[in-house]
Amino acid sequence: MLRNPGWLSPLLRQAGTILVTLLGLLVLTFVIGRLMPVDPVRAIVGEEATREVYEHVYQQLGLDRPLWQQFLMYLRDVASLDFGTSLRTGQPVLQDILHVLPATIELATFAIVIGAGLGIPLGVIAAVKKDRWQDHAIRVFSLTGHSMPIFWTGMIGLLVFYAALGWVGGAGRMDQFYIGLVPDVTGFLLIDSALAGEWDVFRSAVNHLILPASLLGYSSSAYICRMTRSFMLDQIGQEYVTTARVKGLSERRTIWGHAFGNIRVQLVTIVALAYGALLEGAVLIETVFAWPGFGQYLTSVLRMGDMNALMTCVLLVGVIFIALNLISDLLYRVFDPRTR
Amino acid sequence: MTMIPTETGHAPARPRLPRALVPLANILGFLWRSPTSAFGLIVLGLLIAMALLGPVLAPYDPYAQDLQATLQAPSAAHWFGTDELGRDILSRLLFGAAITLRIIFLVTIVVGPIGMAVGTVAGYFGGRVDTVLMRVTDIFLSFPSLILSLAFVAALGPSLNNAIIAISLTAWPPIARLARAETLTFRKADYISAARLQGASPARIIWKSIVPMCLPSVVIRLTLNMATVILTAAGLGFLGLGAQPPMPEWGAMIATGRRYMIDSWWLVTFPGIAILLVSLAFNLLGDGLRDALDPKQMNRR
Repeated sequence: MLRNPGWLSPLLRQAGTILVTLLGLLVLTFVIGRLMPVDPVRAIVGEEATREVYEHVYQQLGLDRPLWQQFLMYLRDVASLDFGTSLRTGQPVLQDILHVLPATIELATFAIVIGAGLGIPLGVIAAVKKDRWQDHAIRVFSLTGHSMPIFWTGMIGLLVFYAALGWVGGAGRMDQFYIGLVPDVTGFLLIDSALAGEWDVFRSAVNHLILPASLLGYSSSAYICRMTRSFMLDQIGQEYVTTARVKGLSERRTIWGHAFGNIRVQLVTIVALAYGALLEGAVLIETVFAWPGFGQYLTSVLRMGDMNALMTCVLLVGVIFIALNLISDLLYRVFDPRTR
Repeated sequence: MTMIPTETGHAPARPRLPRALVPLANILGFLWRSPTSAFGLIVLGLLIAMALLGPVLAPYDPYAQDLQATLQAPSAAHWFGTDELGRDILSRLLFGAAITLRIIFLVTIVVGPIGMAVGTVAGYFGGRVDTVLMRVTDIFLSFPSLILSLAFVAALGPSLNNAIIAISLTAWPPIARLARAETLTFRKADYISAARLQGASPARIIWKSIVPMCLPSVVIRLTLNMATVILTAAGLGFLGLGAQPPMPEWGAMIATGRRYMIDSWWLVTFPGIAILLVSLAFNLLGDGLRDALDPKQMNRR
């Protein structure tokens, strides 16, 4: 096993790349924070503070030092997981974010299950029926999902399914009168309510979750469907598929048993990336559905000019993206024997 | 180097059309034959017509308030109804088309050259220049475009122009990656070496020999990205970070209409359909362009 350096060096190179990207991310958030048209000292001391108090806080924050020193201070704080205090809530930013994150993860997870459950089978069908009417119908269906402004679809969904038909719950994570009924253990409402045995709350939560999650899922199914189709087309064009057909294997087993088996690894990668992209839709859909998650937090701190919180949110999204890329890369290595 | 068709080249290969336009005409013909791409072409044609003729076609002044006629349902006088200040929604949609077109145009002329410059320089020089430029590209790529645009707008202040700048800042990396990949494929080509041996400067080689070769694929990629650009711009408008009221930007119209949504569905429905149609048109067109220009797909037929 002297071949260690052989597989170690790409890993080391990847670790180096990630470190550099992270550093770049920090530069970017630092620059955005400095560019913000908000005076951080005024935000802390208020409008009526005396000159002495202002000067004192100004120096305390290190704003009198050169920029590169400020950046190093920022790095030091981030390294010790100190992201400062939110101006809006007065709490540490990290605590705020950890508090809102479960709501978004719950939403995004349901959405990706729906998106993959819809997108993958449709993609396979579109590939098998290439250039037939099924393919065209699926193309229009999925591209429509990809072209919808999600905040608008959310409103139309609320108008139709909540206001007109009354099939689903409206805004928020549960009905008003259930709020506070279930102790906040994990932050995931479905898990918490199930743990507490409050099945009414659980039902209400599912009722509220289903519409935003379906819409998000539909919009992400477009990407998953398109990619599945093109992966499948590559497989179907290959000789082993012809062989399987020639030897009389049923079409179903040829497609699902043979060809589909070979694209699973690629699909995992795609779904991981689509999960990250859901964050973007979450920002908009949470605003429409008054969903108390990360997206709503992000837009509210943005409006307040809450510098620390905003920098941390942007940083977090970047880190999540890098992590998802890394995970999909690792999954690729684990599942695809050729990369070993 | 005469392979590269130029606008000034006379003696057209086919009658009527200048040589540079023949491939374009072929592509348009191909797109027209596919029903979905044809739909995209029609919608875009309509968008351009609306933007150009909006002031003539609009039945009302898009900014004119009529407090006697607020929140009117669609009728013969107001085809798409009126908003909370009695402004005609159809007229506002028509004027909004010009804003959408402006966003598309400005983002394209900023993103194309930046992406092209970064990509070709990285690809041509390779080595350390390439590593540094691609790391920077990766950092920008590690964000979903809306989130990064949000952060930039927060830093720059909310307005339509700042939204366009923010979107441009987030939209160039895929173009740069593409231009780099293209450059790598013919960096070693003989005609590049020939130019180098003749003593051409790197800047001249990139500008004269590499950029023209990258142009077609970059144009396709830009078209494909336009759907995202439009959705991001509308999203920023919706969050109150893009175009500011009373501007008839479609996303901002949806944001203000949201308050009256339950009783007056037309306030949010029509601008939303407009956004959906334009972004769908770009997606269908991009899809068709990929088929039109992908030799692999052609052979399969």
